[in-house]
Amino acid sequence: MKTALRTGALASATVLTLALAACSSGTEASVSPGSTSDTVATLSGELSGAGASSQEKAQEAWKATFEGEHPGVTLNYDPVGSGGGRTQFLDGATSFAGSDSLMNADEYASAATRCDGTSGAIHLPMYISPIAVIFNLEGIDSLNLSPDVIAQIFDGKITRWNDAAIAADNAGVDLPDAAITVVHRSDESGTTSNFTDYLEKASSAWPYAHGGEWPNNVGEGGPGTSGVVDLITGTAGTIGYADASRAAGFGTASIKVGDSWVAFSPAGAAAAVAASPLAEGANGANDLAYKLDRTTTAAGAYPLVLVSYIIMCQQYDDANERALVTSYVEYMASDEGQSVAASAAGSSPIGALGAEITGIVETIAAG
Amino acid sequence: MTATEAPVSAEFAVGKRDLANSAFASTSRAAAVFILVILAAVATFLLTEAWPAMTASSADLADKVSWLGTASNETLLAVIGYLVYGTIFISAFALLIATPISIGIALFISHYAPRRIASGLAYVVDLLAAIPSVVYGLWGAFVLVPALLPALQWLERNFNWFPLFRGAEISDGTTTVGTGRVALSASIILAIMIMPIITAVTREVFLQTPLLHEEAALAMGATRWEMIRMAVFPYGRSGMIGATMLGLGRALGETMAVYMILSPGLSYSFSLLEKSAHNTIAANIALKFPEADSEGVSALITMGLALFAITLLVNMLARWIVSRRAEFSGANG
Repeated sequence: MKTALRTGALASATVLTLALAACSSGTEASVSPGSTSDTVATLSGELSGAGASSQEKAQEAWKATFEGEHPGVTLNYDPVGSGGGRTQFLDGATSFAGSDSLMNADEYASAATRCDGTSGAIHLPMYISPIAVIFNLEGIDSLNLSPDVIAQIFDGKITRWNDAAIAADNAGVDLPDAAITVVHRSDESGTTSNFTDYLEKASSAWPYAHGGEWPNNVGEGGPGTSGVVDLITGTAGTIGYADASRAAGFGTASIKVGDSWVAFSPAGAAAAVAASPLAEGANGANDLAYKLDRTTTAAGAYPLVLVSYIIMCQQYDDANERALVTSYVEYMASDEGQSVAASAAGSSPIGALGAEITGIVETIAAG
Repeated sequence: MTATEAPVSAEFAVGKRDLANSAFASTSRAAAVFILVILAAVATFLLTEAWPAMTASSADLADKVSWLGTASNETLLAVIGYLVYGTIFISAFALLIATPISIGIALFISHYAPRRIASGLAYVVDLLAAIPSVVYGLWGAFVLVPALLPALQWLERNFNWFPLFRGAEISDGTTTVGTGRVALSASIILAIMIMPIITAVTREVFLQTPLLHEEAALAMGATRWEMIRMAVFPYGRSGMIGATMLGLGRALGETMAVYMILSPGLSYSFSLLEKSAHNTIAANIALKFPEADSEGVSALITMGLALFAITLLVNMLARWIVSRRAEFSGANG
């Protein structure tokens, strides 16, 4: 009995201390605006999201640091895939979704009923990753490949490395007289979807519609990014595509943008996104759903890029849920969040978009 | 439990013995019923989950499931057809490779090797069965396939006339074998994986051959090989078939190894050396599951149902063969 009392006293003392500490940090936050958020101190509870597996690594890193900063918060991100993530979000099972692709009209409509009020849900680009075209050729680190040439290689129309079409753009490179082995993803992936979308839009030689499944029977499939990378590592004469974070050690292609050759870079990826218009049918000015312009000619832009979004409501009826979602999204979009993702997943920082997202989220946070 | 509490001394009370008896009987009966319930539960689950995909119109389904209708407007049934073919094709070759070698090892252990070597070898074979399949997959992808590649290329160059090794046009230097991730590589890995179980079962069966049969054969002047042919094989035939079918069952359902070392594709190709031409049901489910939405999962479970039916058929066939030859069987009776 005595011990129980004492424990109780201890517990309440701890709570009191914590509350005091919370108060003080709250005041601090309001003194210096621009730090994460002034709701920091009161954050607690469980926040769940689900969706694109492309974000998985970044989400794991975000979860670790965010939970470290807010000990009362438990974050769950289930990498079920973009479609599954949107379904769970629209069913109300999760507070936000991660998605490599945009909602269609039906999903926008059901988001309007799922979310509180009438403002529906919005996309916020949170994870940008350039996709590198990588190859394994002894002694060659870089090749200039135009969209048409890439499309023909991946469609099995160009089968030799010393093909005239490749040689024409690569004067001075000693191309080997060897067969090209195309390597692609054997599982469904956002990387494949963006790669084929690029080929479809930027080249005239790609006869297939874009999609997450590899569309033809050319070449060989490996499971996951690792499967593709391992295959390319192991065999000379291979060419494939992978998240830029895995391109180290391989030869990479500079792609033709306008009249110049652009190698992949974080800045180039961010530039390509910035140069893209918003998609038609977007849900107002807050909805940063990009229709990626694969044929952009903006200087330095690298349009072969994957953009993964966070989909969230513009209004949440539960104040705590709203606080959790908005501070987490603000954290992800912050410079700190983006650099955490960059070091964990090799993504490209979203740059200036971060400030824009913070502005949008603040209107939501205010309720 | 009650049995252990009973006095171990001279006489058991009759009532207590009966109680122990009936308790044991009902426990054992419950265990038997339990496995049937599990089987029924799995079958029900597969049927209910697969139902939406099985009843949906194929156009509807192709609309919702990304891996349907991509390459050439395939329906779910067509895809399952390819996969069933791929599964059986690859497993059959695995069996073709594994069975003779396994029987050889089993015979060596049971009838040729000196006792000490035999027990050591038997132990090693059992150890092989304990290696997880993902380890076989990794080993296959990083060690075996690269090592096999020259042999596969040689086969392709020199035996192109043989249907099983036929490649596409190899004139322009593009090889059909590619990086070696072809059906033959998968079959070889599967063969290595199912060898331990076939060896272990056949070894036990061979060891059960009545000594009198063997001695009678030897006494009539038979050589050791003739003795094995006349006494051991006829006696162990049903056991050998049962062991092979157990191996086939494992090969059919093997996921990770195939997932990791085969470049998947869909076709009815009869060539073991054609890349991106085959896939198995289990590997395909593993491949497509992570990104599947509810319709996709339903379609994948339909495939699972097909695999369930195939393995059920294989096992029923095995049982039927074994029971037909029951008169020989000492081990499986």
